[in-house]
Amino acid sequence: MRKPENLILIIGALLLLVIMPLMNAYGTAGSPLHVSDYTINLWGKYLSYALLAISVNLLWGYTGLLSLGQCLFFSLGGYALGMHLMLKIGKLGQFYKAGNNPLELPDFMVFMGKTELPGHWIPFHNFWFAALMVFVVPGMVAFLFGWLAFRSRIKGVYFSILTQALTYAASLLFFQNKFTFGGNNGLTDFKTLLGADLNAADVRRNLYIATVILLFTVLLLVKWLLGTKFGKVQKAIRDSENRVLFSGYATTTFKLFIFVLCAVIAGAAGALYVPQVGIINPSEMTPDKSLEAVVWVAVGGRGTLLGPVYGAIFVNALKSWATTAYPDYWLIILGGLFVLAVLFTPNGMAGLPQQIKDIIAWFKRRAANRHAEAAAATPA
Amino acid sequence: MSSTLILAAEGVNKAFDGFKAINDLNFYLDEGELRTVIGPNGAGKSTFFDLITGRTRLDSGKIVFGTGVGEEITSKKEYEIYQMGIGRKFQTPSVFTEHTVFDNILLGLKGHRGVFRTLFTKLSSEDRDRIEEVLKTVGLFEKRNDQAGSLAHGQKQWLEIGMLLAQDAKLLLVDEPAAGMTDEETHKTGELLLSLAGRHSIIVIEHDMVFVRQIATKVTVLHQGHVIREGTVDDVQNDPEVRAVYLGRGKH
Repeated sequence: MRKPENLILIIGALLLLVIMPLMNAYGTAGSPLHVSDYTINLWGKYLSYALLAISVNLLWGYTGLLSLGQCLFFSLGGYALGMHLMLKIGKLGQFYKAGNNPLELPDFMVFMGKTELPGHWIPFHNFWFAALMVFVVPGMVAFLFGWLAFRSRIKGVYFSILTQALTYAASLLFFQNKFTFGGNNGLTDFKTLLGADLNAADVRRNLYIATVILLFTVLLLVKWLLGTKFGKVQKAIRDSENRVLFSGYATTTFKLFIFVLCAVIAGAAGALYVPQVGIINPSEMTPDKSLEAVVWVAVGGRGTLLGPVYGAIFVNALKSWATTAYPDYWLIILGGLFVLAVLFTPNGMAGLPQQIKDIIAWFKRRAANRHAEAAAATPA
Repeated sequence: MSSTLILAAEGVNKAFDGFKAINDLNFYLDEGELRTVIGPNGAGKSTFFDLITGRTRLDSGKIVFGTGVGEEITSKKEYEIYQMGIGRKFQTPSVFTEHTVFDNILLGLKGHRGVFRTLFTKLSSEDRDRIEEVLKTVGLFEKRNDQAGSLAHGQKQWLEIGMLLAQDAKLLLVDEPAAGMTDEETHKTGELLLSLAGRHSIIVIEHDMVFVRQIATKVTVLHQGHVIREGTVDDVQNDPEVRAVYLGRGKH
């Protein structure tokens, strides 16, 4: 059971981290050995989603906490980096070029009639501050929310509903533009990151590589975590929280720790997603986005290490295809997929090989029984 | 409080929406004693356990735990009370079905319960020995690598008792251990509890009078949240008041 998992990790890392970037950098365009810039960018997006799915799975699959607000933390991480990217547009902004934005404010602020940069934007001039906020902001929000929810013993479906309400409330707040986060349009039209041109192929490749590295780091972290006693307590909370509580563990602290950790993972995923996609807006934190992430996990395999990664890649690849081929039917396809996964594959794609093995074994047994019966029925 | 007492509940009251589940309850348990609590449904037996373990808060009165001066547990949290040495086995078996039998005992094992300790502490060989010792005591050593969910009903009950032993609980609260067991399993459970008495103080809630007779030296009868009689099985069974409220209603 353990061995194939390690093998998949090594092959996956080799393929995604070494072979794909090399084929992108040195393959001649048009040859079958070439991976296009578009593909690299697309996979960078899929793998950011995979990180988000891992955070959903760590909560839902391993701790029994179905968070329907995980996209909030993803978006907060995205916004934190996005704010820095906005400030780095500087002299390349439309209003600056037109000569009526000498302070180099982000264009949307000029449009709003702002004459100076709001106070909470100022520290985001510094990249390292923004990078820190990618972890701190989602972590703090999760800590506050989790502390209140877990302390009040909010569990099960009530927890799910509350997380959904939280992300919905946040999306409304961001849509309003009161806090100068760009309203509907969000933050977009980014130009540079640490001085590098975000539209250049090699910069995009490096962002992709950074995503792969973070993905495998998080996978190894989760793998380690599940092997410790903490991991055992975590799964025990999922299966019988009362027993854990009456075994002397302060389950509130355990749940809070894992909830904050997952928010930080989601935030980092969001920060990698934003420069690769080039935009972040409040529609990323609406409840249906978080529900989609839950579907990825269900399809890929809830409570398995690699399931969320499979699910995120598969469902999003399917989405890329379906939204061009059958744009009107995408939500029906997604819903159908969820129902099928829940009904027929309890362990999702990750559990499929075992399921197939079991089915083959069942057929073999049946055939053997028939054979034995036939032999018994016709005496020699 | 006398030095041999381990648990003293005095003048305890608890009402739910006006219904007095526990009514001026006084209860004393000696260290090392094995006590059986009986009483008709709704007599407040399980509520009494809830109050001791901090699952519900009492309205008035006090519960003191520990030999010597003892410590009031009335306002403590579940995990704090557990850490003081009170372990509880629930009425329906509640073990971790997706964990192995070994890991179930491991999770019950006495030791630090903090997040960081559980992340960075490795299982020592003493821990392993202790877990195996507990598994042998409850007769599940051969099953140690099985999933707890695959155990028979009786074995799950023993596993849960094992988890309390692993914690070195001074006081074991055991709620209807024989429920749903075969006669043979019931008998084995009785022997297990008898072998634990002395080293641990035990309160057992039970309905099955055959089982009560097997394990009981002293029986407390609860009725409407109040202790109406304490004594040997025979005393209690022959008491007219007890017969009236409890035994007379059933087949016994």
